[in-house]
Amino acid sequence: MNQILQAENLNKRFGAVVAAADINISVSSGEIVAIIGANGAGKTTFVNMVTGYLKPSSGTVRFMGEDITGRTPRQVCRSGLSRSFQVAQLFPDLTVLENMMVAAAALRLSAASFFRPLDRQASRQAALELLDNFDIADFSEVPASILSQGARKLLDISMALISSPSMLLLDEPTSGVAVDEKFPLMETVMKGIRQAGATVMFIEHDMEIVSHYASRVIAFYEGGIIADGDVKSVLADERVRKYIVGQVQQSAIAEASND
Amino acid sequence: MRQFDFSLAAIMIGTAMLATGVFVLPAWILSMVVTIIAKALVVISVVILMRAGLVSFGQGLYYCIGGYAVGLGGPWLNVTDMFALLGLAALAGLVSGAVLGVLMCRYREIFFAMFSLALAMILYGVLSQSQALGSTDGFNVSRPTVLGMMLATGQVRTVIYLTACLLGGGVAALIHVFFKSEMGYASQAASENEIRLQYLGASPNRVFYGNYVLASVAASLGGALLALNYGHVGPDMAYWTQSGEFIFIALVGGTGNVIAALIGAGVFEAVRTYALEWAPDAWQLILGTVLVLIVSFMPNGLWTLVRSLRPGTRRRTAIENTL
Repeated sequence: MNQILQAENLNKRFGAVVAAADINISVSSGEIVAIIGANGAGKTTFVNMVTGYLKPSSGTVRFMGEDITGRTPRQVCRSGLSRSFQVAQLFPDLTVLENMMVAAAALRLSAASFFRPLDRQASRQAALELLDNFDIADFSEVPASILSQGARKLLDISMALISSPSMLLLDEPTSGVAVDEKFPLMETVMKGIRQAGATVMFIEHDMEIVSHYASRVIAFYEGGIIADGDVKSVLADERVRKYIVGQVQQSAIAEASND
Repeated sequence: MRQFDFSLAAIMIGTAMLATGVFVLPAWILSMVVTIIAKALVVISVVILMRAGLVSFGQGLYYCIGGYAVGLGGPWLNVTDMFALLGLAALAGLVSGAVLGVLMCRYREIFFAMFSLALAMILYGVLSQSQALGSTDGFNVSRPTVLGMMLATGQVRTVIYLTACLLGGGVAALIHVFFKSEMGYASQAASENEIRLQYLGASPNRVFYGNYVLASVAASLGGALLALNYGHVGPDMAYWTQSGEFIFIALVGGTGNVIAALIGAGVFEAVRTYALEWAPDAWQLILGTVLVLIVSFMPNGLWTLVRSLRPGTRRRTAIENTL
């Protein structure tokens, strides 16, 4: 399989604090990679460096063979790498459909955009189709501000997908969602992403979700990677069990793996 | 199927009705209507910026630039035609907005507001100190020619009125289309969540820049129209109280629709005119009271009244109640 994302010797320091140390990750096209780690382990720092929010102190990020190190979020998005957020980032006063159509228009903003209507048949159709894939088409006419937490997450991810990115980074897609809604939400997310055909990397704390949906797991601890491999081997790793997974979740993982 | 655009239709019908007023309205009302349209154009420019989350305390800058472009077009550039002078004012607004916008689009919130105020006050200071431009008194604007013809004063007033109607309607229609455009929505999106817009592949700075330049042109046209109507320009056009008046009118009308700016300017000017007539010593008290009442009972301005009549509002509320 083709290498789609390569992070080489990525480091990030905030003064004396080392947020990321020598991170080397290579993701192949079509993989579903989960990133796990305790709070402050460097997961979001890694995603922020890859997507241009933070500039690495050293190291390089390559996406589809192109060096994207230090590029702005806008440039990274335009190269085909999109992301969603731990706290859904929406345009709250716009309707769900308008959120989607703005997301679609964002990539093609130019002088012509001053008088090109946002609401056109083609863009409306494409937005509604994607909303339908994520089971939130019924809410297309309501303001994003009144959506439930789960629906916000789905809209956030739909917006990231409307530009048909080659790869999608999801920052804790199930955080803030009620326990019994996590699996239905993730099921909808994965269905929508499969239909879009994007490679996925997601940060997740819930090991049941990880073991159920990921094909590969990368474990972070104190800014570095302590394990990288298939789900079973990583979750069985002694350091991962000690520092990340903990005893309580062991049985839950086993149950999820058996499903 | 595209939905019928009530606002666009209202702008067109309103413009046509206003234009027919030239046959029936007395001269002083015609002059007041031109003033209202001139100020409405500047208020529209304030609303354009507010759509992007930017509040300008110095929109008088472009109002003044437009006015002085008309005033100086004849003596300095030998441009005397009314339409050419309006074009010159628009160009002056475009160029100055394009240059200053490079700087201004980097600032947000109170920093943008204060910076815009500072720029307007710099222009006020320069013009006030300039003896050649009449210092604080300003100077009179020569009667313009119309398509090469030197018309009588009454005829010029008629042409100015009709031009004001067409210009006001035309700019309002264009800005309405802009608000419904990709860039118009991107402006609102940038004001609500700038970071998200970046992660969708757009540059908020470019969005702000576009809004700023567009607003500069609209405000300059307002200043130009006022200069033609009054036949006089002065540095007061750039003074901070003038800029504050535009913000106030924007809040009175509301920022939800371009028509709100026209309504706000109309109500503001009418209340001020009649308050001056009725109580010359206490007109500010009357004006202030009316404005406080409007803002207190209609936080989104007079547009709240119009919006409550729209059928879509009820439908949306019904859907919201199901969530």
